[in-house]
Amino acid sequence: MTAVVGTEPDLRQIEQFLFREARYADEHDYDAWEALWTDDALYWVPAGDDTSDPVAVVSVVYDNRNRISTRLKQLRTGKRYSQSPPSNLRRVISNVEVLGTEGEDTVVAANFVLVESRVRGMQVWAGRTTYRLRVVDGELKLAYKKVALVNADQPLPTMAFLI
Amino acid sequence: MTATVPETGTKYDKLIKPDRVHGSLYTDPGIFAEELARIWYRTWVYVGHESEVPQPGDYVRKSIGPQDLVMTRDRDGQVHLLLNRCAHRANLVCEDQRGNSNSFRCPYHGWTYRNNGDLLGYPYNKGYGGKGKLELTMGRVPRMASYRGFVFGSFAEDGPSLEEHLGPAAGEIDRLCRLSPEGEVELNAGWLKHRTRANWKLLAENETDGYHPQFVHGSIFSVTGSPIGALYSDHSTAVTRNLGNGHSENDLRPEFRKFGEPMRWFGTTEERVPEYVAKMRALHGPEAEQILIEGAPHVMIFPNLFIAEIQVFVIQPLSAGECVQHATAVQLKGAPELNRRMVSQSIGSVGPAGMLLADDTEMYERNQRGVEQLRPEWLDVRRGLDRERVDERGLTIGTATDETGMRGFWAHYKKLMEDGK
Repeated sequence: MTAVVGTEPDLRQIEQFLFREARYADEHDYDAWEALWTDDALYWVPAGDDTSDPVAVVSVVYDNRNRISTRLKQLRTGKRYSQSPPSNLRRVISNVEVLGTEGEDTVVAANFVLVESRVRGMQVWAGRTTYRLRVVDGELKLAYKKVALVNADQPLPTMAFLI
Repeated sequence: MTATVPETGTKYDKLIKPDRVHGSLYTDPGIFAEELARIWYRTWVYVGHESEVPQPGDYVRKSIGPQDLVMTRDRDGQVHLLLNRCAHRANLVCEDQRGNSNSFRCPYHGWTYRNNGDLLGYPYNKGYGGKGKLELTMGRVPRMASYRGFVFGSFAEDGPSLEEHLGPAAGEIDRLCRLSPEGEVELNAGWLKHRTRANWKLLAENETDGYHPQFVHGSIFSVTGSPIGALYSDHSTAVTRNLGNGHSENDLRPEFRKFGEPMRWFGTTEERVPEYVAKMRALHGPEAEQILIEGAPHVMIFPNLFIAEIQVFVIQPLSAGECVQHATAVQLKGAPELNRRMVSQSIGSVGPAGMLLADDTEMYERNQRGVEQLRPEWLDVRRGLDRERVDERGLTIGTATDETGMRGFWAHYKKLMEDGK
């Protein structure tokens, strides 16, 4: 259930949105997660120690709206073996800060800790996420999500779930 | 967990047959130790690319297996492969992943080295009888050689030259470079590092296994309508070629020639990359058509360099059950239209979240657990053994889905592991 919000969402509404986005990702609710995004979406997980230009330097994920859709379609086939069976996931979002506005978007940052369990073992993921949220037709939407992993410069195990 | 080793013949005779290999090759720490000595610390191993250290003073951290190397370019433009270890008390000399400096200073006791490995100085030098008295240097990889900018190192003081090691595989590097309007490849788009809990040989074998794509990658092929799957079908005219010395390729050219469409290999048409195509035609004349139709190689260069059309992978083994895949996008000098697409496509395909490589890596890791099971002990590599042919160059070829590449890998592996030199 999505609460209708004004053009300037308050911190409570923002947090509720971030928690919901996290829950959809944890529970592999791909349809609900996909519906959160705006048409000009950007989902970015930088790699390595040089994140200067995602167009010139490789990232772990750098998905526009179209590629988000492709990624989710692949997951829905049930034959995306790196997520079939899916990882068991739970994450905690904390230290939520509203950083300001950029155009019509509210820029928010938060820290996260995520535990992933697979046959391979338990893996802890952690980092800082920057979000850009936008009110579209009275609903909060996600326009941008950048996940800066604390260990982005180290070799990473497979990360085929939604982070 | 190691399966029982059969009882007759010499050690690697017993483990490696023309049509099957023993599971313990992937799990036995003793065999991994022998591989380090006989393969990784002896034969030519790919380390890095000259474009990663374009300017004098540039350096970048690299590896040969577990060995921590610094690839540097000195003030005269010469590239060096140094071991990251101080000659005094063995501390790490270089902590940054890359940078520019003409010298390195060990943080422990302040010893300094020129970027060619020579010792420059040591504090309180009277303790050593004064300045310039010590003959010590940083360790150097004994042999370094470069082919078209691809830098290889060998820990053996002597042995086959890099050209002898590469053999016909050098022609595949040429084929990649030829796709650049300036004849040069650059690897300057950064690296994805993918930690993989599997033996490095499962990766090396898989790189030219044309049997798996339809199955492992069916999910992405089906949702994108990709034509790649058909290249590796039972009806494909592509061939798997044993290039000798453990190198192998999936030669997709017969399929691309069949269509005869420039840039089809890149999943696009010439209208989408007009400047690139025009540059290539101006440079090569009528020969440009063949180059633009045939595209890039898909070649595994023993033991650790995999060129997958528009990506380069480097395999770094860490133990019998663990390795790191380093992956980047090929960048063709003088082809900005292609380069941005290659970065974007590579991000989508490879690395920890890649829509292709995450699934390959899942297979490697499941395979590693499978091979720890005690029976039936062997992995089968006989596919296509009785339909192999010899091509006009005298090289063994199989069909698109045959295990010809794996058999070539194992023949060379066995030779290196047995002769012990």
